[in-house]
Amino acid sequence: MNVLVARLLLPIFAALFWVLTAHAADISAPLTALSGDDFAAKVQATEALGAAGEPAAVPALKALADGRLYRNPADGRTLYSDPADAARLIDAITGQPVTGVDAASLDKARINNRLRGAITNALAQLTLFSSNPAERLAAAQEAFKNGGSLEALRRAAAAEKDARVVEALALALAAAELSQGSEVERAAAIDRLAATASPATRGLIGRVADDAQAPQALRDKARAALVSIERTLWINGLVANLFQGISLGSVLLLAAIGLAITFGVMGVINMAHGEMIMLGAYSTYVVQEAFRAFLPAGWFDLYLIAALPVAFFVAGAVGFALERGVIRFLYSRPLETLLATWGISLILQQVVRSIFGAPNKEIANPSWMTGGFEALPGFFVTYNRIAIIIFCLIVLAVVALILRRTAFGLEMRAVTQNRRMASAIGIATDRVDALTFALGSGIAGMAGVALSQIGNVSPNLGQIYIIDSFLVVVFGGVGNLLGTLVGAMTLGVVNKILEPVAGAMLGKIVVLVAIILFMQKRPRGLFALKGRSAEA
Amino acid sequence: MTVPQTSVFGARFWIVFLLCGAVLLVAVPVMNLLAAPGSTFSIADHVIPLLGKYICFALLALSLDLVWGYGGILSLGHGAFFGLGGYCMGMYLMRQIGTRGSYGNAILPDFMVFLNWKELPWYWLGFDSFAFAMIMVIVVPGALAFVVGWFAFRSRVSGVYLSIITQALTFALMLAFFRNEMGFGGNNGLTDFKDLLGYNLQAKSTRLWLYAASVIALGLGYIAARAVVASRLGRVLVAARDAESRVRFIGHSVVGARLFAFTLSAVLAGIAGALYVPQVGIINPGEFSPANSIEIAIWVAVGGRGTLAGPIIGALAINGAKSWFTGIAPDFWLFFLGGVFVLVTLGLPQGILGLASRLKGMIGTPRPQAAAGE
Amino acid sequence: MSARPTSQLYLDGVSVSFDGFKALNNLSLVMDPGELRTIIGPNGAGKTTMMDIITGKTRPDTGEVYFAGTVDLTKLDETAIANLGIGRKFQKPTVFEHLTVFENLELAAAGPRLTFRVLWARMTGELRDRIDQMLDFVGLSHRAGWLAGALSHGQKQWLEIGMLLIQESQILLLDEPVAGMTDAETEKTAELILSLKGKRTIVVVEHDMVFVRALGAKVTVLHEGSVLAEGSIDHVSADPRVIDVYLGR
Repeated sequence: MNVLVARLLLPIFAALFWVLTAHAADISAPLTALSGDDFAAKVQATEALGAAGEPAAVPALKALADGRLYRNPADGRTLYSDPADAARLIDAITGQPVTGVDAASLDKARINNRLRGAITNALAQLTLFSSNPAERLAAAQEAFKNGGSLEALRRAAAAEKDARVVEALALALAAAELSQGSEVERAAAIDRLAATASPATRGLIGRVADDAQAPQALRDKARAALVSIERTLWINGLVANLFQGISLGSVLLLAAIGLAITFGVMGVINMAHGEMIMLGAYSTYVVQEAFRAFLPAGWFDLYLIAALPVAFFVAGAVGFALERGVIRFLYSRPLETLLATWGISLILQQVVRSIFGAPNKEIANPSWMTGGFEALPGFFVTYNRIAIIIFCLIVLAVVALILRRTAFGLEMRAVTQNRRMASAIGIATDRVDALTFALGSGIAGMAGVALSQIGNVSPNLGQIYIIDSFLVVVFGGVGNLLGTLVGAMTLGVVNKILEPVAGAMLGKIVVLVAIILFMQKRPRGLFALKGRSAEA
Repeated sequence: MTVPQTSVFGARFWIVFLLCGAVLLVAVPVMNLLAAPGSTFSIADHVIPLLGKYICFALLALSLDLVWGYGGILSLGHGAFFGLGGYCMGMYLMRQIGTRGSYGNAILPDFMVFLNWKELPWYWLGFDSFAFAMIMVIVVPGALAFVVGWFAFRSRVSGVYLSIITQALTFALMLAFFRNEMGFGGNNGLTDFKDLLGYNLQAKSTRLWLYAASVIALGLGYIAARAVVASRLGRVLVAARDAESRVRFIGHSVVGARLFAFTLSAVLAGIAGALYVPQVGIINPGEFSPANSIEIAIWVAVGGRGTLAGPIIGALAINGAKSWFTGIAPDFWLFFLGGVFVLVTLGLPQGILGLASRLKGMIGTPRPQAAAGE
Repeated sequence: MSARPTSQLYLDGVSVSFDGFKALNNLSLVMDPGELRTIIGPNGAGKTTMMDIITGKTRPDTGEVYFAGTVDLTKLDETAIANLGIGRKFQKPTVFEHLTVFENLELAAAGPRLTFRVLWARMTGELRDRIDQMLDFVGLSHRAGWLAGALSHGQKQWLEIGMLLIQESQILLLDEPVAGMTDAETEKTAELILSLKGKRTIVVVEHDMVFVRALGAKVTVLHEGSVLAEGSIDHVSADPRVIDVYLGR
């Protein structure tokens, strides 16, 4: 009887005692209460431990959750067994091993679902005080998402040094104050949360705005904050879409630059242009395999750099052969050129399929292109996307330089504008044609290197890009690199902005129809040449 | 003093035309029905729908020749008109299935039941009527061609620009028809047809009748195309191909001539598609793929564009070769097809018919039909 | 302003520029019905652009262009303008090379222009007679069945003129009609044009001063997009500014 009373009352008194003498370091009372029989008391003790923020409580709580926590009926102390060695018993308060206790005599502490939930929460809060900053950050983010103890968060915030964790804790604290604090604190929390616009803060503040219990002034404040958050989110969304669009635009641009030369400058409809991209991608694959087979592993990250010239030469050589073998006989007949190069594209696809097989080839990102960072709440930017944007701008700049600043570029433009006159002043127009076409094809090959990093490499790769590439060049205005740039970026951004509204496929259809309609107004593209010479 | 206006429908034409018609319309069925199976002259049952399919392709090629060969407008979206005609027919056939589908729903086709749709979309209404479906076979491709052509020709989009736009058009349609939400069976398209006007599609007699209908459609299409080409409007079409602004400055409407030819051509392509579907038993978005449309151009080029008869020969030859290759060496088919594209454009700009007439030394006649520009 | 109601062709203050280059600069030109006018000027003076404006190929940035005093040509397209009765011959002869000479004239001949009317149009005896007469007039009767592409340069020029005439245009715009012709052909062309004088309003753009002199008509000198001088051939030949920019000393 006496023992029974003691067993029942002790934890309650202990807990009571602990609450009355609340002190950061002293968590012995709730630890003792943890192994009692009364679930309500155990929940209370668990919450107290969580709020106390004393890391020493972590092993005991974990043991309770795992069913390794015991009470020694002899002295009423709480013990737990070592997770690695069940026979080794440890005193929960001192943290020291206990010897000479008969394991069979111990009372195992039982748990129920409510207690389990409390333990999870408490552990999450205690992680706020972990020695590992990454764990603390995760705990703070967790507390922000699912709510945490105001007390624990305050203490953690006061002690925190790591800047990123401080920031996360401030948010979590504001979220906690918003739901648990005084009216003044809640108002302040709205201000702090509104400063960080994200779907999560919108949700938190939205709850206050809709809370019929909350004071009117607070609800008004929340509503005002919501408006500003919505605006910021809208802008963020726009920025994210813009980036995605520019990223897609740069892919389109890469695919189209080569075409801007062969179609735009030379007026050749090269339906095998997509296959030049495909050849570039397969060159990348071959270079990658060669690096794997013949060079030390440390060099592997450089394979992509090595693949660029290889792809340029492979695609350029095929382009050269194509121009000499087929296209030069068809210069005055653009529609025939279209058909002949389509035939070439079928043959190239089948050649690659015969050599490499039909299935997709695996191409690894070099380590410097893997990963990314969170640029805005919920919006990740990957390094390979950034690399492609930069790469495409470099390619564009180099092509512009070649066209405008080199002797070859001058010859090329001369031949384009007046073949007979160019020939008369001693330019070898044949050679210029072949080299121009090889250049356009080689650039398509380099585009293939870049595109191999973000998409599947298969014999059909080129077919994915060919129609888009033509649309970019036609939309931007033939024979105009600036037009190609603007055209590609516009199409990319419009596509990405339409996607969330209309879905990926419908967005694409809308863009296609829009281009067809656009061609009504400006049949020669955005940056068309005007005047008599353009009317030929 | 003057040139006698040679009639394009002279006695010689009718003799050749009726001779070809007799072979296709009489000899083939007779060889199928009467010749002893296994004999040299026998045509097996499974060959009939195959021939019917080729005839539909021939009509499709003929339709493209009207705009490309005579108008200089290389449409790379003719597969779209063919496909739309096919879908109209397919919708009728779907509605004929009735309760015989897997789900036994009298109104909704299987794929709609599968997608948990509750009622027929409005654009499916009326397709249970054969007459309505046949009107749509003509109206849908024709209207699309009219609208696209109106926009394109009015703003003087021509040459390769028009080719690219029409290709984008068929590409957009392909993407659209791939979507389940469109209500055309998505990826799988329309299939599992049972009967047409109450006749079982699997029956030998139905297949022969479908084949015969295809031959008759081809014959009528050929006469219509020939009449248009021989008309003054046909000459405006050719004139606009060679010197577009000159045509405007003598006061003829380039837009009108092109729009007429383009729309008529799309209607012919739609009819070809409608006849094609019951013979192959399926229509799916693959028909809209840009590659398909480009292939039509090579049938025309191989046969000889601007000749009307050439494209028919080209379509039969290339598709015959395709069947043969897929049986013997499927991997070489694309090499062959690609090679044909290159060799014909380089070496045979006037196609088989052009070669034939050159061999016959017929160059220099007052008005060679094979007068293709570009 | 006062000249407009009675004029056949009226241009006032017409300017147009291409990418900053002023092809026409405040150009004004008035032609009376039945008048023959020659226009000369150095390359880039705006002669072809002026024809482009009149025939609707190019729209002016500013200025008025009227046909027969009342019809605003800046609002119409090429086909409509052609059907009003303004015909044009290009600098480079443009005929339908894959049609016969006869068919070229048949298409150009005044007749139905609506698409479906053209589709059902039939050759009539009356039309055949008109075409035969025109073939005779331009001296191509013996070439009626030839493809136009097979004609000589001079014959193409005549065929094109024949197409303008059979079109029954009120105004004929002839851009360098004798370029590339032999002397004999040039002489014959001059006769042909003179025989039309008074019946049609004709604008001839030419570099060949012998030909211009042979026509003996009023001459307008264009320079940098506007009228530099106007008057008889002797009058403009004596003008020092004309000599400076065009004729040379």
